[in-house]
Amino acid sequence: MKISYYPGCTLRTKAKELDDTARLCAKVLGVEMEEVENWQCCGGVYKTATDEIATKLSAVRALDYAKHHGGKLLTLCSACHNVIKRTNADMKADGDICMRANNYLKLDEPYKGETEVLHYLELLKNVVGFDAIKKAVVKPLNRKIGAYYGCLLLRPSAAMAFDNPENPTIIEDFIRAIGGTPVVYPFRNECCGAYVSLKNGELPKEKSRKVLTSAKEKGAEEVITACPLCLYNLQVNGGEILPVKYFTELLAEALGVKE
Amino acid sequence: MTKQERIENINRLSGTDVKKCMKCGKCSGRCPAFKDMDIKPHQFVSMLGKGKIDELLECKAIWNCLSCMACVERCPRGVAPAAVVEAVRETVVRMQGANGIKAEDIPPIVDELIPQQLLVSAYRKYNK
Repeated sequence: MKISYYPGCTLRTKAKELDDTARLCAKVLGVEMEEVENWQCCGGVYKTATDEIATKLSAVRALDYAKHHGGKLLTLCSACHNVIKRTNADMKADGDICMRANNYLKLDEPYKGETEVLHYLELLKNVVGFDAIKKAVVKPLNRKIGAYYGCLLLRPSAAMAFDNPENPTIIEDFIRAIGGTPVVYPFRNECCGAYVSLKNGELPKEKSRKVLTSAKEKGAEEVITACPLCLYNLQVNGGEILPVKYFTELLAEALGVKE
Repeated sequence: MTKQERIENINRLSGTDVKKCMKCGKCSGRCPAFKDMDIKPHQFVSMLGKGKIDELLECKAIWNCLSCMACVERCPRGVAPAAVVEAVRETVVRMQGANGIKAEDIPPIVDELIPQQLLVSAYRKYNK
């Protein structure tokens, strides 16, 4: 199958391994990722102020492109997924935002939230299927792996509808599919400290250490994430307590497409 | 702009109904930045409801909120404390010369690994 894909700015630069390994694995699993033409940066964060319009337009442009190219939009970075999915929910349910965004964009046909936004993990689970992945694995990862969800995939659950926000299971199921042993630990859906290092450098250090210490105490040998900012905080601010990788790097290893 | 107009504007920007709060404190109990919040999430809701915005507009908490939405997730009454924090922060940074970060402060903290996502997100949250 073919699916429109939105990589986002960080996947072009500091998080190339996330993008590269996801593309390699998709090919092996029979999915063709077609990059959205002329995509623009999503802005990294969703702004909640009710009068925000300009900060939502790049997401709407990508969503409208996908509407005319198969009807689904694939995301990979947790932040892009959060911004695009929440903006799509606004376009569906908030008449004021929908009207103002359409007034500005003047599309051939108004965009009203028709596109289905899918995160790469949702693609693996619901389109490819974890059973099919299990069959495609050539090198099962016999390791204890901690899933780090963070915030952006899960919350707010009313708009994200990704998994149970308090007790998610999708990444643990993914870890089982690639032959690993998932380690459930209490801080897996706690914030890593996000972007506040520009205002308060200590906060991300403290938060990231807490996450990794919690994973280590429960026996994890490494931690995986879908978010470049989480990876940065855990690696750089987390004090090298455990190795941190993108989930797609482990998938590539299990599928034998990357060392 | 009168104080009353300012209060109404913050309420409107937040998109949340602070009157629905039943003071259970679950939002603050779940806040990962609790210790760094000089005004706690439940106090944002309560103080906006009482129109005490002068202290809100001067607090440090607006720079320490992680926008992790944990408070929003836990509220049993559908109130969004994080949206109140953001409405206050927007009110502050939208004023002349009040951006939270300045370009000249960035270089010393940028290391080789810092993702674009961090800088873009911080600029979007802290500046107009």
